[in-house]
Amino acid sequence: MFRIDFNKLRFLVSDDNAHMRRILRTLLHSFGAREVYEADDGANALEMFSHYVPDIVITDWAMPIFDGLELAQMIRQPGANANPYVPIIMLTGHSEKRRVMMARDAGVTEFLAKPISAKGLYQRILNVVANPRPFIKTKTYFGPDRRRSVGNAYVGPERRVGGKAEVIQQPALLEKARVAG
Amino acid sequence: MTAKKSSSKAEQPQVATFADHQVITPPNRLGAYVRRAAQGDRDDPVARAEHALQKLSVQFDDWMNVECDRLAAAHETVLRAGFTPEHSGALYRAAHDIKGAGGTYGYPAAAIAAESLCRIIDHAPVLQDVPTDLIANHIQAILAIVREHDRINAVNVAETLSRRLRGIADEYLAHINRDRPEHLEAILAPSLAPAG
Repeated sequence: MFRIDFNKLRFLVSDDNAHMRRILRTLLHSFGAREVYEADDGANALEMFSHYVPDIVITDWAMPIFDGLELAQMIRQPGANANPYVPIIMLTGHSEKRRVMMARDAGVTEFLAKPISAKGLYQRILNVVANPRPFIKTKTYFGPDRRRSVGNAYVGPERRVGGKAEVIQQPALLEKARVAG
Repeated sequence: MTAKKSSSKAEQPQVATFADHQVITPPNRLGAYVRRAAQGDRDDPVARAEHALQKLSVQFDDWMNVECDRLAAAHETVLRAGFTPEHSGALYRAAHDIKGAGGTYGYPAAAIAAESLCRIIDHAPVLQDVPTDLIANHIQAILAIVREHDRINAVNVAETLSRRLRGIADEYLAHINRDRPEHLEAILAPSLAPAG
């Protein structure tokens, strides 16, 4: 059994529905979170993301201005903000396969279909905190590794080309930005 | 509250470079906030949150009525001004919110009907060509399910009504998308994501 120190985590909740934000805030505070910031559309969420630098982003999909998918794509821009690696939990009424794949390809870390439950939300948060996945950067994708398991059962085209790995230390993005600025 | 302090050198990501991709392992900063429960620790944050949600639920009927008013208003706007992107977007978001929250608020049958309405808006090639009654019947069904919720046997009637509407909508969508395989696949595919 694991425990999360919710009181040390900073959350950003993005949902255009005030009632849903209230439910999320209630659940997060009950888990023990103290810092829960709320945005009512994607544009506000991006602004608050830059200002508060949350540890975890929980976002709805369907929102005005720009939606949760676009928000995820904007956050997953290496070099463009302080933490492009932030865990993003997509909480949405969408549950179709096509939508789940779109969210995954936008760099969403976890997907949680409504109706929301305390258990479902807690499990997603536990997963992003306790089992972070490495990030993959290709010409067309930047986000959490979409392969959740390593096994030999996969059949199909191999989309990643291997080769000798060269492990290098990459300066923190914020430091790079400071040097550049 | 201001932004947290910047990353130090010790917090730099590890990068493994391959021919056409990089595998980046960011510093596991959040890992410091998870620990094994101590022996005898009986704290149950999920139960605590469920209890808080239960206390909040006294407001759910009112919230559902607000969502219904919003849906009805969006529908009236569409009838008056047509399916502009703005108006159809507002109708979609109102239905989508009922789809997402209906179960939480105690109206799962309204959520089923709202999902069916969302599928029509998602997959109809031209919204103006959708039979007016098909959309109106969904709206009226959602409103009736919520307003007649307390009547005897309303739950069974509501679910039967919603499933019937979903069947009619699916039949219409399958027919109208018969030459659009990508939509047809999405219409016929089962839901993939598990509910919360």
